[in-house]
Amino acid sequence: MARINRILALTAALAVCVAGSAAAQISDGVVKVGVLTDMTGAYSDLAGPGSVIAAQMAAEDFGGKVLGKPIVIVSADHQNKADIASGIARKWFDEQQVDAIADLVSSSTALAVMPVAAEKKRITLLSGPGSTPIAGEKCTSYNVHYTYNTYAMAAGTGRTVVQHGGKTWFFITADYVFGKSLEADTTKVVLAAGGKILGGVKAPFPTTDFSSYLLQAQGSGAQIVGLANAGADTINSIKQANEFGLTKKQNLAGLLVFLSDVHSLGLATAKGMYLTTAFYWDRDDASRKWSKRFFERQKKMPTMVQAGVYSELMHYFEAIKAAGTDDADKVMAKMRELPVNDFFAKNGRIGADGLHRHDMYLAQVKSPEESKYPWDYYKIIKTIPAVDAFEPPDPACPLVKK
Amino acid sequence: MIQVLSGQLLVGLINGSFYALLSLGLAIIFGLLNVVNFAHGAQYMLGAFVAWMGLHYLGVGYWWALILTPLVVGLLGVVFERLCLRRLHGLDPLYGLLLTFGLALVLEGLFQNAFGISGNSYPVPEALQGGTNLGFMYLPRYRAWVVLVSMTVCFTSWFVIEKTRLGAYLRAGTENSALLQAFGVNVPLMFSITYGFGAALAAFAGVMAAPIYQVTPLMGSSVIMVVFAVVVIGGMGSIVGSIVTGLGLGLVEGLTKFLYPPASDVVVFVVMALVLLLRPAGLFGRPR
Repeated sequence: MARINRILALTAALAVCVAGSAAAQISDGVVKVGVLTDMTGAYSDLAGPGSVIAAQMAAEDFGGKVLGKPIVIVSADHQNKADIASGIARKWFDEQQVDAIADLVSSSTALAVMPVAAEKKRITLLSGPGSTPIAGEKCTSYNVHYTYNTYAMAAGTGRTVVQHGGKTWFFITADYVFGKSLEADTTKVVLAAGGKILGGVKAPFPTTDFSSYLLQAQGSGAQIVGLANAGADTINSIKQANEFGLTKKQNLAGLLVFLSDVHSLGLATAKGMYLTTAFYWDRDDASRKWSKRFFERQKKMPTMVQAGVYSELMHYFEAIKAAGTDDADKVMAKMRELPVNDFFAKNGRIGADGLHRHDMYLAQVKSPEESKYPWDYYKIIKTIPAVDAFEPPDPACPLVKK
Repeated sequence: MIQVLSGQLLVGLINGSFYALLSLGLAIIFGLLNVVNFAHGAQYMLGAFVAWMGLHYLGVGYWWALILTPLVVGLLGVVFERLCLRRLHGLDPLYGLLLTFGLALVLEGLFQNAFGISGNSYPVPEALQGGTNLGFMYLPRYRAWVVLVSMTVCFTSWFVIEKTRLGAYLRAGTENSALLQAFGVNVPLMFSITYGFGAALAAFAGVMAAPIYQVTPLMGSSVIMVVFAVVVIGGMGSIVGSIVTGLGLGLVEGLTKFLYPPASDVVVFVVMALVLLLRPAGLFGRPR
C-alpha cells in the first residue's frame, strides 16, 4: 500500500513538472488578447465592435490555437477615457491572464495603457491611435504602433496638396493631444514642401457647430483649410464648410478621414477630397477577399483601423509560433524580426521604436457619378512607399540607437 | 475687425435661435409639470432621425417633415406622459428627472445600435441651398431661414401663452394646478398636451438642425447641457427668460469662439455660475 502511494505521489510530481514546462511555453495555458476600444463613443464606427470582429476573425483564421493552446479574445469599452483604459488594463493583466491588448483607439488611452503594459511585461498592439510620441518620447519596448500615425497622414495629404499648388494653409484643430500632434506634423511637412501657414484656431473637442471657426478660416484667405480633427468633428466641419460656401474659393484637406466618415457624409459632400489611408478594402484581390468576409459579419466595409487589428494579431500569433513561447520579450523580438506580408501590408517592418513602417496610399474621394457599387468610395492616386510615409526613428525614444 | 466681429455675432445669433427654440420647450414643460425633462435632447435627436427616416425610406421631403415630425414625436410624448410620467406626479422632481434621463439613454442606445455613431447626412432642401454674400460674411440661405423660423415659433408660443385663454389656463396651472382643477379645467389632459407640445418643439428643432449638423444618436446630448444652462439662467419655467437668454448666450458663445476659442465650451457655465450667485432664481425667474 505504501508503495502504491509512493508511485502515485511520484506520478503526481511528474505531472506537475510536465504542466510546469508547458506553462513556460504558453503562460496559463491560453493566449488571451484583450481588444480595448471605444465601443459606443465618437470612434465606435471606425474601431469599436468592428475591431472586436476583426480580432475574432484573426483568432479563427489562425485555427483557434497557437502552439496547441487556445486563443481567447475578450473585449471592453474604454469610453475614450485614459483612467478607465488603464484601470481595465491592470485588471486584465493582474486577474485575467491577458497577454496582449489590441486597438486602443484615441491616443490618450494608448498613452495611459502603454506604461502599465511595459511594467507588467505584456504587449500593446495599437491600431486606432495616431500620435507620433507613441513611437517617440513615450515609446516602450513592449509596444507596436501598427496602422498609421499623424506624421504619415500629414506626409501623404499635406505634401500632395502643396505639390498641387495649395501653398497657404489655415488649421482648424481639435484641442487635445491628437489634434495638436496632427497639426504640428502637418506644419512640418507643409513648410518643408515650400508652403506657408497663415494661422489656425483650436476648437474644443468635441464641437458640433464649426461656423465660427469656418468664418475665421475664410477670413484668413488661405488656399487650404486643414482639418486636424477626427470622427464626428471632421464630419461636421466638412458638412458645414460646404454650407458656408468655403469650398468655392478654398479647399479642404481632411488630415484624418476614415472610410466610415466618408460613408456617413455621403459622396455628394465628400467628393474630391484627398486623404491618406493605410488600407482600402477595394485596393486589390487580397484586400477585397478579406473585406467581403468582414462585411458579411459587420454589414459595413472595414476601416484601416479594423483591418489593422486583424493584421497585427495575425502577426502576433505568427511571432508566438516562431518564438515557441508567449514570453513577451521573445515575441517582441520575433515581431520585429519577421516582415509583415498580407493583404494589409507588403514587407512591413516593425522598428526598435515599435512603429510599423509600411506603404500608405493617397486616395481621392469619388463623386457620386464615379461610384459604381456600394462602398465604391476611393480612387487610389498613388502608393506612398514606407520610407516616405514614415519618419526615421525618433531619437527622443530611448530604444532608438543613437 | 468690425467685419469679422459682425460675422461672429450673426453666427452667434443663429446658434442662439436654436438654443431659444430648445429651451422654450423645456421651460414650458418645467413650468407646468414641474418635470425636468432630461429626454429633451433625445426628443430633438428623434425629430432629426424621424425626418431622415421619412426621407430615406418613404421619400417624405423636408417641408412635410417639418409638419409631420413634430406631430409624430409629440404624440409619442403624450403616450409617454400618460403611461409613465403621470405616475410620478406629486413626487420629488428628482424622480421625473431620473425617468426622463433613463428614457433618453434608452432612445440614444437604440438609435446607436441601429445607425452607429457617425449617423447620417440630411441634405439641405433645394429651395434653401446656396447663400448670399453680406459683405462681411457669406450667409447660407438655410441659416437665415433657421433664424426666421425660430423667431416666429418663439414669438407665437409666447403670444399663445401670455395673451390667450389657453395660455391663461397654462399659467394658472403653473401657479396652482389643484385650484385650477377645482374650477373645472381638465388639468391631467392639459399636462399631457403640454408635455406633447414640449416634445414636438424639440422634434421641430431637430428637423431644423438635420440639414446643418450630422444626424447622429448623440446629437441631443451634446446640446442639452447648454440648453439646461439657458433655462437655469433665464429662470426655471420662464418663457420669455428662456427665449431672451437663448439668444443672448448664443451671442456670448459666438464672441468667445472668436476672442478665445478654448473657453467657448465653458463660457455658458461661467455665466450660469455668475447669474446663480447674483440672482439665484435666474434672470427672469421669480423666487418660489
